[in-house]
Amino acid sequence: MIVVIITLAIIAALFGLLLGYSAIRFRVEGDPVVDQIDAILPQTQCGQCGYAGCRPYAEAIAKGEADINQCPPGGETVIIELSDLLDVEAKPLSAEHGVEKERKTVVYIDEETCIGCTLCIQACPVDAILGAAKHMHTVIESECTGCDLCIPPCPVDCIHVKVLAPTLTTWKWHEPQGGFAAPRAG
Amino acid sequence: MRANDHSSVLKSEEHVGHFHGGIKLPGHKSMSTRTPISRMPASQRYTIPLTQHKGAEPEVVVNAGDRVLKGQILAKPHGLISAAVHSPVSGQVVEIAAHHFPHPSGVAGTCVVIENDFREEWAERKPVGDGYRELSAHDLRALIRDAGIVGLGGASFPSAVKLTEVGIETLILNGVECEPYISCDDMLMRERAEEIIKGAQVIAHIIKARSCIIAIEDNKPEAIAAITHAVEASGSDNLEVQKVPTIYPSGGERQLIQVITGNEVPVNGLPSDINVLCHNVGTAYAIYKAVFEAEPLITRIVTVTGRGVHAPKNLEVDIGTPIHECIEYCGGYEPDAKALIMGGPMMGLTLDSDQLPVIKNSNCLLVSAGIDITLPTSEQHMPCIRCGKCVEVCPANLLPQQLYWYSSSKHYDRALEYHLFDCIECGCCAYVCPSRIPLVQYYRHAKSEIWEQERERKKSDIARERHERRLERLERQKQEREARLKKKRDALAKNKPARETEMDRKKALIASALARVNEKKSKQNVEAKNTENLTPEQQQKIREADARRKKMKQQGK
Repeated sequence: MIVVIITLAIIAALFGLLLGYSAIRFRVEGDPVVDQIDAILPQTQCGQCGYAGCRPYAEAIAKGEADINQCPPGGETVIIELSDLLDVEAKPLSAEHGVEKERKTVVYIDEETCIGCTLCIQACPVDAILGAAKHMHTVIESECTGCDLCIPPCPVDCIHVKVLAPTLTTWKWHEPQGGFAAPRAG
Repeated sequence: MRANDHSSVLKSEEHVGHFHGGIKLPGHKSMSTRTPISRMPASQRYTIPLTQHKGAEPEVVVNAGDRVLKGQILAKPHGLISAAVHSPVSGQVVEIAAHHFPHPSGVAGTCVVIENDFREEWAERKPVGDGYRELSAHDLRALIRDAGIVGLGGASFPSAVKLTEVGIETLILNGVECEPYISCDDMLMRERAEEIIKGAQVIAHIIKARSCIIAIEDNKPEAIAAITHAVEASGSDNLEVQKVPTIYPSGGERQLIQVITGNEVPVNGLPSDINVLCHNVGTAYAIYKAVFEAEPLITRIVTVTGRGVHAPKNLEVDIGTPIHECIEYCGGYEPDAKALIMGGPMMGLTLDSDQLPVIKNSNCLLVSAGIDITLPTSEQHMPCIRCGKCVEVCPANLLPQQLYWYSSSKHYDRALEYHLFDCIECGCCAYVCPSRIPLVQYYRHAKSEIWEQERERKKSDIARERHERRLERLERQKQEREARLKKKRDALAKNKPARETEMDRKKALIASALARVNEKKSKQNVEAKNTENLTPEQQQKIREADARRKKMKQQGK
């Protein structure tokens, strides 16, 4: 009887040690779910979701504070990917956060009007605007995410939106229209 | 079918393998094979798009206003997967601008427009001829690359890239041409078999292939006879002709390889993984022209056919010729002409204008009319009833109904799991679908969505990095500012004790001086010296004043 108790106690102690060791040795820094969500989000950092950027929104989703349908730039694609990742029901984009753009856009600065105030540079979340105080500014188009955050601060309204036309490398086959409503796979 | 009706170079049909699925289609080929290939007369104005191939846009090396010669290079390849373009005539570059050309996107691409001067002046030509055997594979690849040769079977992949010697056993020359109506390869084999064989020998020399099999569908007996004759005449012992059964799409690269070798090209692999390389007969002919006549790819054979065209035939057309001129040369449209398709009815591209130019992969201009082979289009279709007919015919052994399910519901990751990218878009599934679902359109849309997602992902990764760098920078600047302020405060705090001691010293000096004065004052106990010679009343007044002062002092205390 005593032998049994001692044996079990030793085994329990060994497993306890093993678990304790693993908890330290294989400790995961940060929340991997946040990284996975962040990888799906479009990284426009536009804040339309109500959070300061894509990562804060990802953290809020991971905590269960935010819903998965608050990202207008990501639209339906992001919602479906998030619903697959988090195993929740996909739902339409929440209207209060905005509407999905038909086409990708970028902004450009009307260089004649720009007074070089640097306000847009400070607003750009991805440092895609180049310029210095009292010098003309310009948008690096390839780096612009189309978040439009630079437009409200401009005191002379010289920043405009440009819709990106498809090119020979970015064109897409159009989606077949007609027919019955596309089946929704579960 | 008699297997051996020509000679020993014609392989027996019994050894032929087969691929999954496929369909029997009406050929409709004879309407364009009654007359020999005609040379299309020169046109006034040529529009030559830069992007006529898979890969990067080549770099333009001429300017508007330049005079160019026939065969002169207009744009040189840019990057590994790219192809040159050349002038088909001598003349003047009118403009270099965006124009529409046959492309599924409908997007205008940069084109070089050339006005023909009808002088037929060639650029300098130095044919290599039979001397190619002395050239290294590297030099020959460069020659083929500079000649702007792309795969003429339809994919337009730059041929030089597909000519690396990686232990290839068998070169398969694809003369199958399985799509209905198209007969350009058939006519080429009938009329120019010798040149095709020479081109094949150049390819075999470059890739060091041990044997070369020329595969031709059994519905082209004239082509088989011509090629067999040319093979015998060449005296080469490693060339063979293989007759393959007429099943669509046996001309697909992977399907043909399976038919010829019995082996399947692995998923995500290349034919070279099973030591096979496949080139189209038209490509072999273009390589012959480049090596033996120093002529770059500036012409091609185009089948102008269909019930909607008056006199269907095969034309040898300069690249860049307007399509409507080709149709007019063949007698123009019939009154009931319905649609203009570049390519065949199964995989072709419906064009919305005949003002577009002929390009390198324009193998066929099909004008449909009346009842023809048609695939479902984007119009109203019935729901999928999961009958499984598409599974039976899929030559890539996929599950088209599942691909449709996931593609239409935008579950692209699941579509990928069902090997969406192994779909060759042959259209067999859509052809047999009883619900007339435009399946291939769904797959194409899904594929381009996936490509776009891939591009977006790359872009968002860059955006994330830039955003994180920015946050880091802002944080660093904040810390630097704080550090600067702290440094200032610290400097102040450090100087404080020193200054205090200085003050203390001064205060102490003042205090000691005061103390000395007081001491002196108390020691001396002085009395005013001007009081001795005064009257008693005056002294009395002084005493009273002193007493008052003393009293006030006491009161004040």
